[in-house]
Amino acid sequence: MENVSQKKNGGEQPRIGFYICHCGHNIASMVDCADVAKYVAQLPGVVLSKDYKYMCSDPGQEMIAKDIKEHGLNRVVVASCSPLLHEHTFRNATEKGGLNPFYFQMVNVREHDSWVHTNREDATHKAKALARAAINRVAHHKPLETKKVPIHPDVLVVGGGIAGIHAAMTLANAGKKVILVEREPTIGGHMAKFDKTFPTLDCAACILTPKMSEVGSHPNIRLMTYSEVVKVDGYVGNYQVTIKRKPRYVDEELCIGCQECIPACVFKEPKFADEFNEGLGKRKPIYIPFPQATPQVVTIDPKVCLNFNKKGEVSNKCKKTCVEACGDKNAIDFTQTEKFEEIKVGAIIVATGFKTFDARRITQYGYGIYPGVYTSLEVERLVNAAGPTGGHVVLRDGRKPESIGIIHCVGSRDEKTNRWCSRVCCMYSLKLAHLLKEHTGAEVYNFYIDMRTPGKNYDEFYGKLLEEGVHFIRGRVGEVTDWAFTKEEEGKLVIRVEDTLAGYVRRIPVDMVVLSVGLEPQPDAQDVRRLFGMSCGGEGFFLERHPKLAPVNTFTDGIYLAGCCQGPKDIPDTVAQAGAAAAEAMQLIDRGYIEQEPNTAFILQDECCGCKSCIPLCPYTAIVFDESTQKAIINEALCKGCGTCVGSCPSGSIVQNLFEDDQIFSEIEGVLSYD
Amino acid sequence: MKGTGRAYEESLLAVMRALGVELEEVEDWNCCGATAYMAVDEVKACILASRNLAIAEKMNNKVMMAPCSSCYLILNKTKHYLHDSPQVNSVVNRALKNAGLSYSGNVPVRHPLDILINDVGLDAIKKQVKRPLKGLKVATYYGCQIVRPYATFDRADNPTTMDRLMEALGATVVRFPLKTRCCGASLTGTLPEPGLLCSYIILKEAIRCGAEVISTVCPLCQFNLDGYHDKIAAKWEHVEIPTLYFTQLMGLAFGLSERELGLHRNFVPMKKLPEAQPELAVR
Repeated sequence: MENVSQKKNGGEQPRIGFYICHCGHNIASMVDCADVAKYVAQLPGVVLSKDYKYMCSDPGQEMIAKDIKEHGLNRVVVASCSPLLHEHTFRNATEKGGLNPFYFQMVNVREHDSWVHTNREDATHKAKALARAAINRVAHHKPLETKKVPIHPDVLVVGGGIAGIHAAMTLANAGKKVILVEREPTIGGHMAKFDKTFPTLDCAACILTPKMSEVGSHPNIRLMTYSEVVKVDGYVGNYQVTIKRKPRYVDEELCIGCQECIPACVFKEPKFADEFNEGLGKRKPIYIPFPQATPQVVTIDPKVCLNFNKKGEVSNKCKKTCVEACGDKNAIDFTQTEKFEEIKVGAIIVATGFKTFDARRITQYGYGIYPGVYTSLEVERLVNAAGPTGGHVVLRDGRKPESIGIIHCVGSRDEKTNRWCSRVCCMYSLKLAHLLKEHTGAEVYNFYIDMRTPGKNYDEFYGKLLEEGVHFIRGRVGEVTDWAFTKEEEGKLVIRVEDTLAGYVRRIPVDMVVLSVGLEPQPDAQDVRRLFGMSCGGEGFFLERHPKLAPVNTFTDGIYLAGCCQGPKDIPDTVAQAGAAAAEAMQLIDRGYIEQEPNTAFILQDECCGCKSCIPLCPYTAIVFDESTQKAIINEALCKGCGTCVGSCPSGSIVQNLFEDDQIFSEIEGVLSYD
Repeated sequence: MKGTGRAYEESLLAVMRALGVELEEVEDWNCCGATAYMAVDEVKACILASRNLAIAEKMNNKVMMAPCSSCYLILNKTKHYLHDSPQVNSVVNRALKNAGLSYSGNVPVRHPLDILINDVGLDAIKKQVKRPLKGLKVATYYGCQIVRPYATFDRADNPTTMDRLMEALGATVVRFPLKTRCCGASLTGTLPEPGLLCSYIILKEAIRCGAEVISTVCPLCQFNLDGYHDKIAAKWEHVEIPTLYFTQLMGLAFGLSERELGLHRNFVPMKKLPEAQPELAVR
């Protein structure tokens, strides 16, 4: 059946059934449901009017279907909760009774009425007015049909940290084709940088790198590293995504990861800050971030490679000893340029992760001023056997620290920077305290506001640290300075803190300060949000559709969230969420099609004057201009029913299903005529 | 500013004159009450301070400049109280009415550093520099009151306006972690030991940081840091470093005479700066 012709509702007299739900006490405590039912019963066209405890229950639904048949109803109105919850339920019940499901109208007397009012009499009046509006409106409803649109079976995963890796593996193992896009030269994300994981002290690399190589070799996963999503078009089930592939000046197909080119580079010694080691180590212009990087392909950094000029253009000024070393493999390719590739997918999982707080913003902690002050991520690299010091904890001046202070909540729970708790810092601070004590035998002090260790075996880990003799001082640190008050403080970093348990200000001299930096949204989170049509919460993390019941969905159908881009979380929670996002994506694509709400707009061809004013307004590019007829046409498959064109059409020739003029006006009349 | 802080007034007026900033002294001003009166009775302290605000408003001035840190803080605190609390406002305005005055809250109270950096601008200041303080190592000392609790024109934890000003004069600003630490304030008079200790710590640390001079914005800080070297030496050790008002250093860079800037009033003498270079002096 076509939805685009102006169907009449058959001219039949409306026979309306009205039901008001008590929703236990949710509605009935504030709205006199029986009184509303009594009021509606005498409205024109109403054949039957009832109140019932739970309309969404099986007996409630059965009642609608049965009444339609027994009383010959041709319209149904239910006053209950939000249509978001149960519109679908009651449309099904209407259909079960033998009617077109769109002969149904829902009234929200819970969220819009009983939950937000405190006067029972007023709330009951409001329920009557809303019910009258719906009764008025439903008479003008027309039979409509939902459209089934096929879904593209592939899934795009954006971000190759542990969240993206786990989501991609889950989907790929279920036989789905996955495209995994990562902007860095390797997947692995933050987890690859960690030494151990709390509370089990598993080696992070040992549990992550096998998963990384599985991703790299999985037949169902197409890995696109050093790439970024730049454009997303289409809609749920049918997204067209443009991906920018940055030139790494090495052919990924030809490079075998032998790394012969690295020692051959004209730079004899590594000279440039190594991103993977948080700048504590050095790398060459041609490099592989870390031994288990996936893909096992080298990358050339044009910013420092001698074969490029300052503008980043190939200058051919280098002897190119790397090319010589590569030999027959011919993998090094200085002619590479930025490329754009378009892919089609049905669903997208966004797992773009987080950034750590920039400790320089809190100047009184001296990061970037005193060499003995480190961020927690730097310390992860320092204690790691594959790190810049081979796992030996030595300070920037070569000394081994004898005393270490770990400052919690740096850029977390702070009115001046970030207000939120970053959730992982207490636990990773405990882990680092354990590791640092193990590596150096130093006295370790933790400065905390509150210890937050909720999680399986987390508090037990805290207990273990207490027994290990790590010191815990409750209080937010005021400052870290190098001015000495006593002889013992000379040459040390002094942590000044109000010990709120002892009740006085303490000065604790240490050799090394570790700042437990909090988690923040990625700096480009707002751009990514716009790209995928998502929302951000006040703090800038991506917003889930419902904090409890739809934690991995976004407000855009077919786009799901996983990991820290949605908010700070630890590895177990990230993996669980990534699995949930994969399951949600699978639920969508395995159905094979999506049902589209028939609230699309259409153009009355006889009345369209061909002014084209609607065309640029459509956010979904669903309107095209037919040159032969000189009229605009709406592609129903693309229309999302936003109504923008309807409101803007100067000749009033665009009509939207479920929102036709007579339906809206009669609804308004219904509300206004109640007194 | 009329007593122990005279050098501040002299140098401030001289520098502002050189920069073409018009200043008018508040007629018949009274003591703001400082932190002492606020601690005794906040509302009465507000009345005392607001009389100055009311007179400034009556004189049709656009801005009230409060060079003393304590005055700056108390006047701003009073403004906040009057704005935030209708009760305090009504009591204060009743008192003012008895004196034939009223206060609407329209005159902002600003610090000279704020005015110099944000209104006059570093470029205009640089133009007046005839004898750059080249090579002079300065520790900028802001004290506790001008950025706390109201960090209006600078950061509370790490203020930098004076650093930028000193750099504009050609001086080298040393890293000085105690920029906003208390100088001991009135404790030097009431409980000398902890008070002097505060001053000693600041002087000692400024020397350790490599400073040749401390630049300050507050008459009380200047007095504490400049006036007790002998007592500190008797108690702990000899720590000698001059403490100048930032306006004195500006005046020196502007090529003004030491007398005009009240330098003879300082206890610890400032080392002689190289003479003005002829080509700069001409301009």
